[in-house]
Amino acid sequence: MSGSALYGLVAEFSSPEDILTAAGQAREAGYTKMDAYTPFPVTDLDEALGMQPTRLGWAVLFMGTVGALLGFFMQWYANVIAWPLLNIGGRPLNDWPSFIVITFEVSVLFAAFTAGLLMLARNGLPQPYHPIFNAPNFAGVSRDKFLLCIEATDGRFDLQKTKAFLLALKPNRVDEVAL
Amino acid sequence: MDATSKRMETDRVIAPGQTYGSLDDLITKPVLTPLLKTPLGWFLGFGLSAALLMLFMVTVYVLITTGMGIFGNNQPVAWAFPIINLVWWIGIGHAGTMISAILLLVRQDWRTSINRFAEAMTLFAVACAGLFPILHLGRPWVFYWLMPYPNTMDLWPQFRSPLAWDVFAITAYASVSALFWFIGLLPDLATLRDRAQHPVARLIYGALSLGWRGSAKHWQRYTRAYLLLAALAAPLVVSVHTTISFDFAVTQVPGWNNTIMPPYFVAGALFAGFAMVLILAIPLRKMFGFEGLITLKHLDNSAKVMLATGLFVAYGYLIELFIGWYSGTEFERFMVLNRLFGDYTWAFWALIAFNVLAIQPLWFKSVRRTPWALFVIAIFVSIGMWLERFVIISVSLTRDFMPSAWHNYQPTTWDFALFLGSIGLFLTLWFLFLRFLPAVASSEVKELVHHEATHHHAKENKA
Repeated sequence: MSGSALYGLVAEFSSPEDILTAAGQAREAGYTKMDAYTPFPVTDLDEALGMQPTRLGWAVLFMGTVGALLGFFMQWYANVIAWPLLNIGGRPLNDWPSFIVITFEVSVLFAAFTAGLLMLARNGLPQPYHPIFNAPNFAGVSRDKFLLCIEATDGRFDLQKTKAFLLALKPNRVDEVAL
Repeated sequence: MDATSKRMETDRVIAPGQTYGSLDDLITKPVLTPLLKTPLGWFLGFGLSAALLMLFMVTVYVLITTGMGIFGNNQPVAWAFPIINLVWWIGIGHAGTMISAILLLVRQDWRTSINRFAEAMTLFAVACAGLFPILHLGRPWVFYWLMPYPNTMDLWPQFRSPLAWDVFAITAYASVSALFWFIGLLPDLATLRDRAQHPVARLIYGALSLGWRGSAKHWQRYTRAYLLLAALAAPLVVSVHTTISFDFAVTQVPGWNNTIMPPYFVAGALFAGFAMVLILAIPLRKMFGFEGLITLKHLDNSAKVMLATGLFVAYGYLIELFIGWYSGTEFERFMVLNRLFGDYTWAFWALIAFNVLAIQPLWFKSVRRTPWALFVIAIFVSIGMWLERFVIISVSLTRDFMPSAWHNYQPTTWDFALFLGSIGLFLTLWFLFLRFLPAVASSEVKELVHHEATHHHAKENKA
């Protein structure tokens, strides 16, 4: 492995509890550039790794509001500005109760697609290649393995010392991952 | 764990003794089996479904080349089979969203192993539902006139009409359901990418999984997005059938103009939808040996939801008749008499038999835990819910205000062909789904196993 660029060191664990403890200890040791790879979301793992909470909800709220405004505006524009001619049962042109359903549907449509697509975009997906795929046991992540990766770009990263630190966490194995 | 205990029936939400790895094998096995080793039952089911799909396509061809005259629709019964089928299919779809979104929000852990295929059922049912109003347009090739878009005629849809609301409700529902389903599938597609042996399969699943790697940061955003999608899908699903019911409730046709329509339609949708969930789940768990995943607990709970919504629907039938009499309106009173004893009296009493009487055995736990009995009851409910829409939609139209305008309705062979064909479309998509995508959400089931384990562990520690 020496000679080729290094992405980081990966320690493999077998349970959510083990990786949670390991992540907490790595954070206490001062590592910041690290990530964990797990088969399912592990509660509190993001906090243990020192990650900021996601602000996705605010974006969804904002875009939902934009959707509602656009949806209402479209109907208002069509009935009041573009075609102010239709007298339906003597109702006013700006017949807002009739516009509620479409306003709601457009709002949900905008909010839902913001939630889904922004999640993918912020996660950098689709991303066909990522160095972690080079980990020899990466296929286990989607099955039953929990990987903790300390990246080589971390200020405290030192191949020997970091490896010794990870081995002290009692993982199944520790591997070097090429960039 | 050994093979015998895997197939044992259990009352828990997941059979005991599962490991992450054993679940992975169980769930991905049907998908990763080589094509020629697919169980014979799959080929039979797929073949039959594809044959019905051919019937659908032939009917659509004849419809487009000949015109709406091939159907039995007449004046005053302008809304007949196509609209009945639309309401029936979209109602079936609602149970999938209810299971995946509403039960997620209220933290019902029994949703976990049935949500994936129920969502797939939703998508396929909405696909069938969406085709009917388009095929019913007369000139289906200009369906895009329904959407607002800049056009040379400088025209807009009539936004004050519930029919325009429907277009938005159904398109929003279909697209949000598809998104929710795909986002949910993402980690499982990554599992298949890592597990697939065949290079082509690996390439396809790899591309579809978008490079998902299960990073903690990804999971953080993912779970938040999933929760938000559930919170958005929950009111959406209620709004869709409410809007469908407005198509009727906002008009003045006797039997349609009822304020009870929105909740009554939503309950009816869940009723029919849970029936379809059972119709699909009972053979599925046998075919793939999923008895430890889709357990008796799931069947039991689905049957309870079916019973509860069924009772609500029964209340709806009663109130419709009561309000008809109580309104004091001549036309509404006549509607009641016509429904009970008119030319289509058989349809009303059959729907009472299928939707109200047939579900009564569900009060007994032993029935709720007997798969074949549930299957039979669910088939009855599906037929009953179709008849309900027939009675509300078409029978009401045969007798409106002016006796000179009355006319009975007689469906044609093509009406039945398009309906049966749509079942073919639904089942074809269903069998393709079973073969090429995991029918159970493996990452969610693994999480459930973890939670169950820590839960039991905590209990033991206390004791």
